[in-house]
Amino acid sequence: MLDLVTLAATEAGELEAGLTAIGRGIVYVGAAAGPGVGIGIVVGNAIQAMARQPESAGMVRTTMFLGIAFTEALALFGFVLAFIISG
Amino acid sequence: MSPVLPTPRPSEEPAPATAPTLAATVAAVSDPALADVPPVERQLARDMVRHGLVVTPVLLAVCGAVWGWAGVSSCAYGLVLVFANFLLAAGMLGWAARYGSSVLLATALGGFLVRMLLLVLAIAVVKDQSWIEMAPLGATILVTYLGLLFWETRYVSASLAFPGLKPRTKGA
Repeated sequence: MLDLVTLAATEAGELEAGLTAIGRGIVYVGAAAGPGVGIGIVVGNAIQAMARQPESAGMVRTTMFLGIAFTEALALFGFVLAFIISG
Repeated sequence: MSPVLPTPRPSEEPAPATAPTLAATVAAVSDPALADVPPVERQLARDMVRHGLVVTPVLLAVCGAVWGWAGVSSCAYGLVLVFANFLLAAGMLGWAARYGSSVLLATALGGFLVRMLLLVLAIAVVKDQSWIEMAPLGATILVTYLGLLFWETRYVSASLAFPGLKPRTKGA
């Protein structure tokens, strides 16, 4: 245990870099997974709506595109904040 | 002897009501009539880029006043990333919509991952450059992206609610 503490103290720079990389990876995964689920729901429901009412496909696709873009904004928040925080 | 009520033979039973199968749903969505829908995604993206170009001088001036020349270049880079993201998404979805629902779903999810990967790479490549400041770059991306989306959503909502007010294209 003492060796680990000593190692952490002597290799503080590398430890900090490693923890930063792990934290950045967690942020990326979180920022991509949530909007990924959201986009799947948006597109799935849009396809269902187009199957039920093909004549309204234009309106459904318009709404779908905006819904995808809004959902993507969450991922952008995560990625940009990760870059800003990690410097 | 009491009469026996005739029972229908198995072959005469009406078919039970079932939910539409996946193949029927795909066939309905892959209807060639859907391919005649105008590329609404491209119209939306072009509209958003046009609105973005209108506010570009204001954003550049604000970033320049706060962060200097590095802020101006960072803001310009962020604007290019946002516009490219919109146009790429619209192009991919418009292309995929012509080929049916399965291609549309795959392109929406795959395109999201590809575009986010490209965005992260585009930021990672320049983040250590002297002409880039992360604060104005991030602020520009977030503010422009959300601002243009809300602007376009307001326009689309108004167009759907009041179709008579929708601006006509030339020759229509």
